[in-house]
Amino acid sequence: MYAFTQHRPTTVRQAASLLGKQEEAKLLAGGHTLIPTMKLRLAGPKHLVDLSKVEGLTGIEMKGRSLVIGAMTPHVEVATSAVVKENIPALAELAGKIGDPAVRHRGTIGGSIANNDPNADYPAGVLGLGATIITNKRRIPADEFFKGLFETALEGDEIITKVQFPKVNKAAYVKFPNPASRYALVGVFVSKRGSDIRVAVTGAGANGVFRVTAFEEALKKRFGPKSLEGMTVPADGMASDIHGSAEYRAHLIGVLARRAVAAAVG
Amino acid sequence: MSAVALTVNGKAVTADVDPRTLLVQFLRENLRLTGTHVGCDTSQCGACVVHVDGKAVKSCTAFVWQLEGANVLTIEGLADPNGPLHPMQEAFREHHGLQCGYCTPGMIMTAVDMVNRKGHDLDDPTIRHELEGNLCRCTGYHNIVKAIAAGAKAMEKGHAHKT
Amino acid sequence: MSATGIGAAVRRKEDHRFITGKGHYTDDVNRPGQCHAYFLRSPHARARIKSVDSKAAAAMPGVLAVLTGSELAADKVGNLICGWMITSKDGSQMKMAPHPALAHGSANHVGDAVAVILAETLAQAKDAAEKVNVDYQVLPAVADPARAQREDAPQIHEVAARNTIYQWHLGDAKAVEAAFQAARHVTRLDIINNRLVPNAIEPRAAIGEYDAGSDSLTLWNTSQNPHVARLVISAFVGIAPENRLRVIAPDVGGGFGSKIFIYPEEVVCLWAARRIGRPVKWVAERSEAFLADAHGRDHVTHAEMAFDGDGKITGLRVKTVANLGAYMSTFASSIPTYLYATLLSGQYDIPAIYCEVDAVYTNTVPVDAYRGAGRPEATFVIERLVEVGARELGLDPADLRKKNFIKNFPHQTPVIMNYDAGDYLASLKKALELADYDGFGKRKRESGRNGKLRGIGLSTYIEACGIAPSQAVGSLGCGVGLWESAEARVNPTGSVEILTGCHQHGQGHETTFAQVVSERLGIPLDNVSIVHGDTDKVQFGMGTYGSRSGAVGISALVKALDKVEAKAKKVAAQMLEAAEGDIVFRDGKFTVAGTDKSAAWGEVALNAYIAHKFAGQELEPGLKESAFYDPTNFTFPAGCHVCEIEVDPQTGESEIVAWTAVDDFGTVINPMIVEGQVHGGIAQGVGQALLEHAVYDKDGQLVTGSLMDYCMPRAQDLPTLKVDMTTTKSPSNPLGIKGCGEAGAIAAPVAVINAITHAIGTEQLEMPATAQAVWQALQKANNTRKAA
Repeated sequence: MYAFTQHRPTTVRQAASLLGKQEEAKLLAGGHTLIPTMKLRLAGPKHLVDLSKVEGLTGIEMKGRSLVIGAMTPHVEVATSAVVKENIPALAELAGKIGDPAVRHRGTIGGSIANNDPNADYPAGVLGLGATIITNKRRIPADEFFKGLFETALEGDEIITKVQFPKVNKAAYVKFPNPASRYALVGVFVSKRGSDIRVAVTGAGANGVFRVTAFEEALKKRFGPKSLEGMTVPADGMASDIHGSAEYRAHLIGVLARRAVAAAVG
Repeated sequence: MSAVALTVNGKAVTADVDPRTLLVQFLRENLRLTGTHVGCDTSQCGACVVHVDGKAVKSCTAFVWQLEGANVLTIEGLADPNGPLHPMQEAFREHHGLQCGYCTPGMIMTAVDMVNRKGHDLDDPTIRHELEGNLCRCTGYHNIVKAIAAGAKAMEKGHAHKT
Repeated sequence: MSATGIGAAVRRKEDHRFITGKGHYTDDVNRPGQCHAYFLRSPHARARIKSVDSKAAAAMPGVLAVLTGSELAADKVGNLICGWMITSKDGSQMKMAPHPALAHGSANHVGDAVAVILAETLAQAKDAAEKVNVDYQVLPAVADPARAQREDAPQIHEVAARNTIYQWHLGDAKAVEAAFQAARHVTRLDIINNRLVPNAIEPRAAIGEYDAGSDSLTLWNTSQNPHVARLVISAFVGIAPENRLRVIAPDVGGGFGSKIFIYPEEVVCLWAARRIGRPVKWVAERSEAFLADAHGRDHVTHAEMAFDGDGKITGLRVKTVANLGAYMSTFASSIPTYLYATLLSGQYDIPAIYCEVDAVYTNTVPVDAYRGAGRPEATFVIERLVEVGARELGLDPADLRKKNFIKNFPHQTPVIMNYDAGDYLASLKKALELADYDGFGKRKRESGRNGKLRGIGLSTYIEACGIAPSQAVGSLGCGVGLWESAEARVNPTGSVEILTGCHQHGQGHETTFAQVVSERLGIPLDNVSIVHGDTDKVQFGMGTYGSRSGAVGISALVKALDKVEAKAKKVAAQMLEAAEGDIVFRDGKFTVAGTDKSAAWGEVALNAYIAHKFAGQELEPGLKESAFYDPTNFTFPAGCHVCEIEVDPQTGESEIVAWTAVDDFGTVINPMIVEGQVHGGIAQGVGQALLEHAVYDKDGQLVTGSLMDYCMPRAQDLPTLKVDMTTTKSPSNPLGIKGCGEAGAIAAPVAVINAITHAIGTEQLEMPATAQAVWQALQKANNTRKAA
């Protein structure tokens, strides 16, 4: 690991200021992507700005028709929260499928979203529920947030503080894990909120998380697995590696989407 | 260097460490608590699992300065050195849940955390699912699963234990 | 059977230290003044090293030295060797290329160590490594064994034309040809036995220390056989004479073969420790282990089996290309030859067998023994052929096996081995019963109703263990004898220390060896200590691998205990004033036959040392005996494994829904430990069949270079295992032990593949049968069906 200086701000303002001022500074949330990357010397930030002491970044609550989750809330809290389970159970389900129990004790929703790993689970939930990412500067709709592999709309000194999820009528997440890493080889999140239907896919896209509009259109007619019968996505634009060819990933999207819709309608 | 103060196995410890020091390095190198092992570099094998404030954590994936003030429990602190074994330790021995012993401390700490979260009546699929973050190359998991189910029940019977 | 003796499921003595975090592994050893070694490794599969500029690195903070292959050569440190000479069919010797501990002149695989940086801290060593400037001339590489012998493949080593190390054969080609000419049916298969990474959870480690006062060296390392390490490092590498080199292998966290071999890092730690006068410690990181530990398997095979009109096997013909990697590791040459082709008769009476093996160099990590070593590959070949043959002939695979089983012993196979005992029908019958083989059809229909495909696969395997009779292996080219030693030291108070040349790294020798002593001497287990893993304590031994510790190591122990008993009887005779021939030893008591005169074990032990009752010139004081045991034959564990599997045809996922194993290991010392060995072996076999694969790209880069891409079996990948036994004792050793360590890994892969192919109805499936691979096989089969 390369040497660095650590900082432990207590307010978002301090954290943002450190992030803006210091060259090659990185935020440290749960650390479950960043620390292994630093250990392998694949990342070498000069400054680490640890968010664990920053006030007001954790917690789960319903605000009107929206579920609001603090950015530093660990996966285990989301997976086991009575509030999440009551209002958006599919999100609790998703959080419970990330990594393993020890990882879920440390990993955070904000860290996962800001990192935007193309195989991470949360991006599918955030996009699949049409969430809003709230930062120290602004509110960013999910559709505008994810910008490709490990790229987001976040600016250099911008910090996610909360994620706001609209309550939906129906939702489900089905994950096909990469057998080695347990990240999503393909994960499909579907939701229905009135006429707003979303099908978001992680793991499969060569450019990160994306929505399958053809599936969404089909589901608008009738929200049931039969509506997706025989439907696939083209293999073009899918990621391809030893764990899954583009064709296999494209095929799995169809299978998992049908299973997710079936689970959502119960 | 950065100063850290935390509690490990019930004892207050302080040290001045390089900021790069991971919890596992601090335990093994500074405190010479070598029961916590390192088996990988991608946070997957679970040989390094300890409890931080009562929760299972991979000690290879946390800087020790992040844990200022925390309460850390390692395999060495699970049972009183002069008292009986923790029921989960005893169950691993009784059910032959270990062979080379290298993954064992992480397995036992994971198992105790599992019981803390999931209760004492653990079925086979639950245990196997919960072991997602712990690799064993020797046992084929068969006896680890048996040991955890039995250890979970034994913990319920009110044996003296710390977590 | 006593409560702690042979056959008792005694809880393990060694467990207390492991479950309380008090195990003592190599990385737990820290020596005063130690520094840290970091190996700079080649990022290229094949390159000429034009120069290494380490000036900037040497000037970095905390750096003590930067050493390269040039310094190693200047100090006349010898090359690493492969200890088993294989002779090609044309009579020429195998082509062993030089293997220096640090690459010199050329790097031949990604991960080949090019320099070592010694520094006060590991972080400083890594910082400095980035400043070492190696000028590489990158050369074309070959990683695929099937390509290695082609004319257009780059030649890796000067000594080996077409990258061919040897072209070896075994059996009678003419008899096989005649059998195929006369065959009514021939089954043909192309098989790739996938390359694996052993991945013991404890990474390899080494600490070298030099004592200038005595001009001697000590090595702590993660070794399965410290004495062999000392011998090779002394006699071949020439680091220090044997009497001034001590090798200590403390608790070792799993080996599975990968810790048998003598590796560059341990040589370098010793050499460097003397050079800089400081202890040198190296601990592998997992991603480093992927590039530095010997891999396993990696065969490309074409195999054919001939049948007559009754479903009797009449001939077997096998052609294999075995990838040995960039250098020949310690035992690499023997794995695809004498541990492979000699097992191709399986459990069957096959009149004619012919096997050809070409071993090749490639620009990959060296390949050597991994749990089973050659025998899983042989079992896969024969058990796939038998299963597919039965399907092609429209016979029940169990019936075809029964028809061809060897039923009379001893049985001489056409491929060297002489099977001494077994009952293959018994283990098959028991396994089929326990697996409810007859009820499979009903279960398949139920799976069908849930949209799943169900299959059942058998594996009736055999292995040769008890490695090995020294004369036999010597005649086949092995450079060392494969006997084992034991020493029994009886203390004046009657407690006993057993020194064994075997080494435990999970097998539980501290318990099983003690059980044998407890039963024999009638003393409690707690009064017996097992000492191993230190060349200063144990005089010599061959270590633990090839399921040998029971059949060979415990046999040596029994022989030493025979001598102890004989001597103790002499002492007792003096004490009891009786003739030696009248002394009976039973249940820890020496009795004069036909009288009530007796002496307890402890009294006799004490009297042996105080020696008051006898003249020390006639009968020496003391009670300590040692023995070397050389086996008379291999042992032949065998059994039947049944795997039942459900496949989701939509995703290709396979779930093992039931596993039944019935094994014949001869005499079992501790059934709890033996079952544990079977469980672990099955898990590794399932890993090979479903999940694990070391993948190289065409440029020789290891694509699966970490646990993020190399898939290890997890608890969820395995079912609850049904494990049972049948017993025929081995006639070749005093207790009738056969060995159990590798059986699961040998039996399992082919049982899984036989089950999946049964479920999906196509044989075109290679390991690992990942969800993607199964889905693709189904797609292909559907397309073929549509086209037809």
